[in-house]
Amino acid sequence: MTLEYIVAALIILMIMGAVTALETDNLLSSIIALGAVGFLLAIAFLFLGAPDIAFTQIVVEILLLIILIRVTIHRDLKTTTAHRAMFGWTFAIVLIAFLTWFGLTVFEEFPAFGTAVMDRVADSASVTYIKEGLAKSGAGNLVTAVLLDFRAFDTLGEATVLFCAILGALAILRQKAHKHSKEKDQEADAA
Amino acid sequence: MTGMSLIVKTVCRWLKGFILLFGVYIVLYGHLTPGGGFSGGVIIACAFILIFLAEGKLVETKIFSKNVAGELDSVGILIFWAAALTGLFCGGVYFKNFITTAAESHFKLFSSGIIPICNIGIGLKVGASLFVVFVILAAVKIVVPKKSDNINDHEEDEK
Repeated sequence: MTLEYIVAALIILMIMGAVTALETDNLLSSIIALGAVGFLLAIAFLFLGAPDIAFTQIVVEILLLIILIRVTIHRDLKTTTAHRAMFGWTFAIVLIAFLTWFGLTVFEEFPAFGTAVMDRVADSASVTYIKEGLAKSGAGNLVTAVLLDFRAFDTLGEATVLFCAILGALAILRQKAHKHSKEKDQEADAA
Repeated sequence: MTGMSLIVKTVCRWLKGFILLFGVYIVLYGHLTPGGGFSGGVIIACAFILIFLAEGKLVETKIFSKNVAGELDSVGILIFWAAALTGLFCGGVYFKNFITTAAESHFKLFSSGIIPICNIGIGLKVGASLFVVFVILAAVKIVVPKKSDNINDHEEDEK
């Protein structure tokens, strides 16, 4: 029950962060707000028992996002040369300690080296896949049987993510938009 | 934008067919051997990206334009989605594998119902979309930098 409250609070904070990212005028604050959303989602994943996804989330949502935006958008980004505040260092150290603690906790729960992982629970899904995968799906490659038969819905979601990513890339990076914004810049310079 | 040297161009011309063939093999045999739509699609995209890198930017419109690739992308995901919907109508469950495979046709190319169809759809999708991403990123990198004579000539060509 407490878990539900924690996740609900995180989701409310995430919505607030997303609204901030949309509404703010400054691009840098928008990126920071988006990073906060990603970070809160990572914390939610940690509480839901998926530390691997949480790490991926941190890498993709915070680091990659910032790097990609830095690479693709050359204008409008201010860099600061001031020294890092005490708060920043403390936060970084606390974050690293927190993630290390979670990682060590996960390592303790790992089964001993050499034991069979897939059939720890007698009627788990993985056992069913291994025993009846060929008969039910007819595919010789069990990985494909899981990807496109038992869990095809996941794969559709994956393909949809890729599709939307291509749509976004096409919309942002198409040459017409760049020419248009270039002309706008020139007009602004002239005015 | 004339591309790389003659040696690179010749080697790429010889290699592209084999790479494409390997990608198609990975896609079509995805339900039997390691691989599948995603990995095969990446290899297919690599064949085109190799030509693109070797021959230069202008070849893109000749062999395989960005718009065609975008359409193939959509066709791929439509094939995948249509397979899912056919499962819904024929079997009652979304993504139902409604073509049952007899035991004697296990490990044959034509087996396992809708899985090869989905693989072909994903292969088309991934291959086309990766190529589109590469073309867009390469094109942006060429358009944006400071003005030199070559780039000005090229922009006029485009207009």
